Amino acid sequence: MDWTGVGISILKACLVFFGVVNTVPVLVWAERRGSAFIQHRLGPNRVNIAGFSLLGLVQPLADVVKFVWKEDYVPAHANRAFYVLAPILLLVPAAMTFAVVPFADDLLVGGRQITMQVADLNIGILYVFALASLSVYGIVLAGWASNNKYSLLGGIRSSAQMISYELALGLSVVGLLMIYGSAGLDEIVRGQGEHLFGIVPKWGVVTQPIAFVLFLAAVFAESNRLPFDLPEAENELVVGYHTEYSAMKFAIFFMAEYMAMVTGAMLIVTLFFGGWQIPWVESAELQAAVGPIPAALLQLGSFSAKLLFFLWLFIWVRWTLPRFRYDQLMHLGWKVILPLALANVFVTGLVLYFT
Amino acid sequence: MPIDPRHVKVLEADDIIRQRANTQAWWKRLYLPAVVMGLGVTLRNMLGNLLRPGGLPTIRYPEERRDYGDRFRGRHYLKKRPSGEPRCVACMMCATACPADCIYIVAGEHPDPAIEKYPVRFDIDGLRCIMCGYCVDACPEDAIAMTREYEWASYEREDFIWDKEYLLNWRDEKIVPDGYQPYEGEIDKSRMSRGTL
Repeated sequence: MDWTGVGISILKACLVFFGVVNTVPVLVWAERRGSAFIQHRLGPNRVNIAGFSLLGLVQPLADVVKFVWKEDYVPAHANRAFYVLAPILLLVPAAMTFAVVPFADDLLVGGRQITMQVADLNIGILYVFALASLSVYGIVLAGWASNNKYSLLGGIRSSAQMISYELALGLSVVGLLMIYGSAGLDEIVRGQGEHLFGIVPKWGVVTQPIAFVLFLAAVFAESNRLPFDLPEAENELVVGYHTEYSAMKFAIFFMAEYMAMVTGAMLIVTLFFGGWQIPWVESAELQAAVGPIPAALLQLGSFSAKLLFFLWLFIWVRWTLPRFRYDQLMHLGWKVILPLALANVFVTGLVLYFT
Repeated sequence: MPIDPRHVKVLEADDIIRQRANTQAWWKRLYLPAVVMGLGVTLRNMLGNLLRPGGLPTIRYPEERRDYGDRFRGRHYLKKRPSGEPRCVACMMCATACPADCIYIVAGEHPDPAIEKYPVRFDIDGLRCIMCGYCVDACPEDAIAMTREYEWASYEREDFIWDKEYLLNWRDEKIVPDGYQPYEGEIDKSRMSRGTL
């Protein structure tokens, strides 16, 4: 058995997992301070360690301490087994989805080719969609097990929304798969390293602009973020499916939401913005110029920069747009995004056939 | 004349929304340009606040405090005579004027016949008080006035019942500027009759 390979795989899995998990507190911080500045407030800036508040970055630490030390309470009217299961069911798919996202080009070290993604699956994008649709079970189960009308309504809304937008999510990507000829995310990223007319990077957003807009909307809906956060809808449903949850279980829902955001942003970057590709720089040339490991780090930096922008976009949109009404959401999903996605597939097929 | 139901078209919510949407320009109905414009607004506000954090309306209490006017109606205090006794003569004017009924006075006989009465007890219930300042206006001896003190937080309800000793002496422990004071100028009697003074 190839123990070195196993070791490298475990190392990659740990690094990516900890990377994503540690993005969550940073995102919470960015969300709170960013929203504060948008709304002419200051946001959390008081919590400090020995006088250093690091612009408020210590606040998530204090939040975690609070969550851990709160009583782990299960309401008497809840269905205990499912109530405990629901956050786990939501967190596990959220923590597994980014296994197929490549964050740098393949690395050749000591005669060994290391793929810079945790799992090199040739069905990459299908795996992502399959897991993303699993997360709805956690939300529905949380809503049902809580035995609370607001939670139940949140869960039902969530299931309807997820089913509607999953279709749009899948269909909007089909055109992209047709162009790059693969469902593996590493192949799609490699295909985006080329240039159109010698100058424009052949990124997904250039070849499939309509698909990008549709996909963006569908990702917002899938991650339950505003303007599609109907499962939570504070002013209608308290906080929807996690109304009855407190302490660390609530924190897990919170984490899962932000991890879904990270996954969504990773997918947008990978599918439409060239993943780890640095524009106008060929991966092979870069590796020859600075060596394989610095090249991989540079590509990781490029990936992270794009990722951070889209994470910020999630936050930015949340504090700009009001929530859709439920019928508007369904109208948009079924009558606008779905036909447009189908038309996009059709036109892409025609163009590919005649060129 | 009764309305013929065949002539009435009931507008569904959907119809109304559609009619309203159709009056907008096509690029507005796309929704996306409006989204981008909205994002521009939030970004402009955020960057403006980031570059000029001093321009934010937030006051960093308790390091910074709002500067209240000198007619601010904060916690009361009882004024003293040069001898240290309260100027109050227990006439009950303030307790009568008080709309919240939060002043409790027990009068006693003062040994000095020129003063006649003094308060044995003078309690103000800070939780009932509505800080209207009528007691200050009512007092014929200018014995009660208000300060700009507004930090009264306490864990015990009893702490909000301020007795005579406390009202006389609390300003020795905490330096607070004067607030609402008895009116000392000329009184315009013509306005008084209309009750607008």
